[in-house]
Amino acid sequence: MSRRQLERDGTPLNLPGDDTGCHVLHADMDAFFASVELRERPELKGQPVIVGGRGGRGVVLAATYEARRFGIHSAMPMSRALRLNPTVTVIEPHHTKYSEASRGVMEIFRSITPIVEPLSLDEAFLDVAGAGRRLGSPRQIAELIRARVADEQGLPCSVGVATTKFIAKLASSRAKPDGLLVVPGQSVTAFLHPLPIGALWGVGEKTEEVLTRLGLRTIGDIAATSESTLVAAVGQAAGSHLHALAWGRDERHVTAHEPDRSIGAEETFGHDVADVAVIRRELLRLSERCAARLRASGQVGRTVSIKIRFADFRTITRSRTLKEPTDVTRVVYDTARSLHEALNADGELLRLVGVRIEGLSSAEETPHQLALAGGEDEWRAAEHAIDLATARFGNGAVRPAALVDKDAGGSAKRNEP
Amino acid sequence: MKLRVERDSFSDAVAWAARILPQKAALPVLAGLRLEVGPDGALELSGFDYEVSAQAQLEATVAEAGSILVPGRLLAEIVRSLPPQPIDLSTDGARVVVSCGSSRFTLPTLPLDEYPTLPAMPQVAGTVGSDAFAAAVAAVAIAAGRDDALPVLTGIRVEIDGEQVTLAATDRYRLAVRTLKWAPVDPGMQATALVPARTLAEAAKSLTSGAEVTLSLSAGGPGEGLIGLSGAQRSTTSRLLDGEFPKYRSLLPDSSSATATIDSAALTDAVRRVALVASRTSPIRLSFSPDGVSLEAGGVDEAEAQESLPAEFEGEALTIAFNATYLLDGLGSLDSDEATLAFTGPTKPAVLTGKTGSDGGTDHRYLLMPVRLSS
Repeated sequence: MSRRQLERDGTPLNLPGDDTGCHVLHADMDAFFASVELRERPELKGQPVIVGGRGGRGVVLAATYEARRFGIHSAMPMSRALRLNPTVTVIEPHHTKYSEASRGVMEIFRSITPIVEPLSLDEAFLDVAGAGRRLGSPRQIAELIRARVADEQGLPCSVGVATTKFIAKLASSRAKPDGLLVVPGQSVTAFLHPLPIGALWGVGEKTEEVLTRLGLRTIGDIAATSESTLVAAVGQAAGSHLHALAWGRDERHVTAHEPDRSIGAEETFGHDVADVAVIRRELLRLSERCAARLRASGQVGRTVSIKIRFADFRTITRSRTLKEPTDVTRVVYDTARSLHEALNADGELLRLVGVRIEGLSSAEETPHQLALAGGEDEWRAAEHAIDLATARFGNGAVRPAALVDKDAGGSAKRNEP
Repeated sequence: MKLRVERDSFSDAVAWAARILPQKAALPVLAGLRLEVGPDGALELSGFDYEVSAQAQLEATVAEAGSILVPGRLLAEIVRSLPPQPIDLSTDGARVVVSCGSSRFTLPTLPLDEYPTLPAMPQVAGTVGSDAFAAAVAAVAIAAGRDDALPVLTGIRVEIDGEQVTLAATDRYRLAVRTLKWAPVDPGMQATALVPARTLAEAAKSLTSGAEVTLSLSAGGPGEGLIGLSGAQRSTTSRLLDGEFPKYRSLLPDSSSATATIDSAALTDAVRRVALVASRTSPIRLSFSPDGVSLEAGGVDEAEAQESLPAEFEGEALTIAFNATYLLDGLGSLDSDEATLAFTGPTKPAVLTGKTGSDGGTDHRYLLMPVRLSS
């Protein structure tokens, strides 16, 4: 779900040409978390519903199109959404349900073509150049995807069909909700040029401000501006990039994703925290979460990084590469803790902390330097035993003693990207 | 203070004493090198950082006795670059003038009254041949840990049992143990100490100008233990590390299922070559059989290397993998033209030994944990 979705403005699009050569599909679930929740609450269909935490710092994670009519959108603070419409139904998020639904949807995509590039839980690019003979034209394949996702998962999605990733993504936004849009190769500029500059990939608030000051309002305006002027305004890389995109040129291929590159977890505190003991406990909890996910997925990671957001929103990350890839909570935590200590940020108020493990590889296939008796290998054995207990008795059945107290009154909200 | 010294011996002494001075001193005076001269014409240089102290003595022609504290690293750099002519040192108020030939430097001095008292040299425990000691310490120090989070493993364990000294170090992945003969003051002496490995290695290496090194030891309570080493006009002390060194003797296997004896220079060269295709984390694989040893590294999607060497092999054939750097460290520490590897299994520690030393008193073992390959 992009930050700046292009709402359908109702004007019918006249895009001459057919779908020849439009082998890139962008499939995007509509109001994904909300749609998943509505499967179990059919009585709420057609009503304004949002998914998000109700806590002091909760944000809207998804909003139905009925809720969006009130100006509510995702990433908006919950308090603001409730001011816009106090009667909206709020559902607390259930992340496991969403991952499960996402896996199902991605499986459908992969049954269409092996070249699937997921962008997040709820959207992916597909290259269907090789599926034509089997499944039909790109438009037919897009229809098939929408029908199968609706049928097998009970979820609505929109699909954009185009010659490049960038146009396909714009087309799916334009098709929302529950729609399909093909942008034929010969109609790319006709489709693209009337759109506002904010729709261009890579135009954030700052770039938009700069371009608006130059009097540029639409993508057509950018296309009509010389590349050198753009480069002078926003820099070499961004200038060339914008110019190419404004003419519909996008060289990126759809690439099937490797398994996870990293596993991370972060925590926004209910209130800003300066207490080192609280911060360390949180680092331990997040380390445990990441390492358990590594073990569950049969992977080991080589680099541990921490993310710290201060009360003033300054955000920093620090990382350290280990001698040996690990899936041991103890090692992840010791590294995270020492990275935190090295910041010398004692006494500063923190808003968020995060732990991430990168450089992942399969535990089976990664050579492992054995150690003399004691140390890491023994921690690993203990933690595998904990994983088994957790599988049997549920989350938190066995955990580090430092984490036992806090859960009674946990008030913080968890984000797991 | 006013004196004249010979350039080369002064330069050596300054470099030796200043080498322990911290790059960034916790207290400004700790960046200082103390120069003290008595009326008898002996100049003593001292450096100290609360962990390690170093002192050097040399002859000087003294016109006026006294003591000063000067910025040590700066003095070392200046003296090193001076021409080969006598050096004159003299104080001028709060400054010191260093002149040599037509060069003249003026340095500020540091407040001597704020300088800490150097620890007294502990009681002498015995003497050891300086070259053998330096070689033993260097051979063991390579196995010491470098991670300050595990301070105990950054040390060398020194065990004195009568006329034998055993040195041991481990970083949990390998363990090096060497025993050598020495001459204790008390022939029945029993003592142990844990000495920071890097400090001990540097000190032992720099004390080889004399034939012997004198070891001094004081146990004391936690944080108070001290070791002293002295030889030919140089002496140094180091604080001991606290904590329990792993019980390493039980890790040394008492039997083996196979042994291989290989020309150690040929094996070193082969490991070095084959390791060129091993990334930092991927190991080199050694397959032993009565036909010899074959070395391999790399994999299907990467560069691969393979090399075979003759070996005298006895026992069950096996394939075992090691981190190449750890294996090379071990081979480099053997000091022998033949290397013997003893195995008990592909996931059990291997023991690397050389031929028994020519002096008959040296016994060196390098225990190396293998890398477990993918299943």
